[in-house]
Amino acid sequence: MKKTPLSHVHEKLGGRMVEFGGWWMPIQYTGIIAEHNAVRTSAGIFDLSHMGEFFIQGPDAEKFLQRLVTNDVSRMVDGRVMYTPMCNEQGGIVDDILVYRFSDQKYMLVVNASNIDKDFNWFNAYKGRQNLELTNQSETCVLIAVQGPKSVSILQPLTKTDLSAIKYYWFAESFCGDIPVLLSRTGYTGEDGFELYAAASQGEKLWELVMKSSKYKNLVPVGLGARDSLRLEASFSLYGNELDDETTPLEAGLGWTVKLEKGDFIGKEPLLKQKSGAFTKQLVCFAMKGSGIPRHGYKLYLNNAEQGRVTSGTFSPTFKKGIGMGYISCAEGKEGEELQIDIRGTKQPGIIAKRPFYRN
Amino acid sequence: MKLLENVKYAKTHEWSRRDGYEITVGLSDFAQHEISDIVHIELPAAGQRVEAGKPCAVVESVKAAFDIYAPLSGSIVKINQDLETTPELPNQDPYGKGWFFTIKPDNIEEHESLMDAAVYEKFAAEGKH
Repeated sequence: MKKTPLSHVHEKLGGRMVEFGGWWMPIQYTGIIAEHNAVRTSAGIFDLSHMGEFFIQGPDAEKFLQRLVTNDVSRMVDGRVMYTPMCNEQGGIVDDILVYRFSDQKYMLVVNASNIDKDFNWFNAYKGRQNLELTNQSETCVLIAVQGPKSVSILQPLTKTDLSAIKYYWFAESFCGDIPVLLSRTGYTGEDGFELYAAASQGEKLWELVMKSSKYKNLVPVGLGARDSLRLEASFSLYGNELDDETTPLEAGLGWTVKLEKGDFIGKEPLLKQKSGAFTKQLVCFAMKGSGIPRHGYKLYLNNAEQGRVTSGTFSPTFKKGIGMGYISCAEGKEGEELQIDIRGTKQPGIIAKRPFYRN
Repeated sequence: MKLLENVKYAKTHEWSRRDGYEITVGLSDFAQHEISDIVHIELPAAGQRVEAGKPCAVVESVKAAFDIYAPLSGSIVKINQDLETTPELPNQDPYGKGWFFTIKPDNIEEHESLMDAAVYEKFAAEGKH
């Protein structure tokens, strides 16, 4: 079982620990609903150190990345963060990642915990004889997220960097106290906030520093349970649920991250074909009409014809009803349209919603 | 975990209390704590027949759905309507306001074969669920 640099902290805080994809992680501390609501109204602090961090450095770094991801790396400037899928030759998604540009010869990639080895092998397979160095720094990094409306007021006293100058999807190298930290204005909750990257050895110290700074501001430790309900309210996809090797970014509603005009990249041909032809499926978000709660794997119906399955479902603490995402066949599926979800043998109605359900 | 001495417990973590010719059924404190925030409960209908050891209700948390099993065979007499508007009652008061339903059992003597508090405490602590 893999443990993050903060596992000791979670146990001390009374975190309910579970095995998650080979990692020993807290699913909740005080309760999923309380933690979820704290992020929406004040702030929450998360341990995301299970995520992977790779560095790509060298003269061919930009060219290499440009070929592997669907979004346009050449349009990045220093300090920018970019969200992009990475596709295989059939246009299916290998992973969805964040790209950080330090310079045109130095990039950091942040990848899903479940895909660290897969992605590293993928990059190595395509590296060939290009002039670049690829390193996996996942074990040496700690990643702490602070998310919620009070995030800036909690973090600002810890750093001399003016946080209001770091805009959404930008980052800065700075310090919190005397700890070198990369401050990234990104997140997976639909709230304002930062993700803080630091050396693993500084993890506990950084966590304690943030907790101390948050006295009276209601900063709450948040586990993976609330992380999931928050991201689902914000209509963010999860690799393994909405995204996988057999699903294209166009089907997943990520067309905005696919820059077909940028030059060659892996998966371009099938994506071009798909864009001009018909998709076989599309991702929709829906909210339940009644009190039922949709769950991963439940069958979806449109006009009583079976369409597909729910990819993610939960009870939304903000909207106080069941919400979910799933794939339906493409010709149909407009906002406001009703679909049926088979919940333990009974078909219950839901309404296709505009994406995202929630954004602050 | 909170235990009441005058109730019996099933291996599936329901509590059962003799009330005249009926038994009242709910979710043990141990189970409500494991499940955590309950957001929705599906109850059987009054008059519905239930079989001992078979699922007859569903409790949902944010993350998952859990079956509730009838401790004895019989028919449902009363159901707790408050659970529809306040599903968190079993979290707050599992042995009082959080009761689920009552059953008129086929054979009330079978109640004696359920676990008493001391046995259940040991069983739950051993974590087999």
